[in-house]
Amino acid sequence: MTAGEDDVWLDDDAGPLIRPYTVTAGRTRPAVRLDMLSLVVASGGVPANLDPEHAEALALCRTPTSVAEVAAHLRLPVAVTKVLLADLVHWRAMTTRAPRPAADLTDRDLLEKLLDGLQRA
Amino acid sequence: MAYNEPEVFPTQVKILIAGGFGVGKTTFVGAASEIEPLSTEELITAASAGTDDLGGVEGKTTTTVALDFGRITIAQHDIVLYLFGTPGQQRFWFMWDELCAGALGAVVLADTRRLDACFDAVDFFENRGTRFLVAVNEFDGAFRYEPDEVRAALELDPRVPIVLCDARDGRSATSALRALIRHLLAAVPAPSA
Repeated sequence: MTAGEDDVWLDDDAGPLIRPYTVTAGRTRPAVRLDMLSLVVASGGVPANLDPEHAEALALCRTPTSVAEVAAHLRLPVAVTKVLLADLVHWRAMTTRAPRPAADLTDRDLLEKLLDGLQRA
Repeated sequence: MAYNEPEVFPTQVKILIAGGFGVGKTTFVGAASEIEPLSTEELITAASAGTDDLGGVEGKTTTTVALDFGRITIAQHDIVLYLFGTPGQQRFWFMWDELCAGALGAVVLADTRRLDACFDAVDFFENRGTRFLVAVNEFDGAFRYEPDEVRAALELDPRVPIVLCDARDGRSATSALRALIRHLLAAVPAPSA
């Protein structure tokens, strides 16, 4: 391939070329409520005619992965990533689990396990 | 197919790493994290600051703010701890509500050369009721203050722990995290016999 008009002429500093609402087809609210730390994992089913953004998001979630991590790998804002992932959950291509509720802050067992884990880290 | 096996979801928890601009939050996250710190972006629009709602981005000025985070997996207890370096600039603090929701607590990093840079973070967590400790990042060349001097300068509640740390050193950063967990544990009533 010789240099041509298809060459990438932007570097990383330019940021994403696609406006966020283009990726989400103009939708601004996720179909399923997701937190930054909600875990998503591919269910194994792949919807037909998946567009590249959804397919890439799905491919990143073969093991349970947080919404924040998917956003970082997709290099999309968290709010945009949530819309894509919520679609995939809605289409049953993914399952999700919300993070622990804040009420568990007084969970002595959890804190002791954390302390134990950090002692070994 | 592995896809059809029942998935085991680990328990996910988060701790915030806060402090003024340039105090070493990203360095701290990177030192403690088992992965290279990841960066994500939050969208900010004049219409819908820091919410899930992208409505209005077509017409309004949109900007983004970077959010660095790292991860510590505690495999033996099936826990994943996320460390979020919170954007230091005060104008981004509306984002902190989602970050604070469900957070176990916060480490406020302080630089003794610019203690005033962490006033805002201390105020924010005090007002919000988020439990935190202050970790004095020992920069080379910084004058060493006694913890009591730092406490007085920040007008900290006597119950808020102050620890010294080197944000570049993973063991030191992890030690500050342990101090925070011990602080949190101290507030939990002992199990009734």
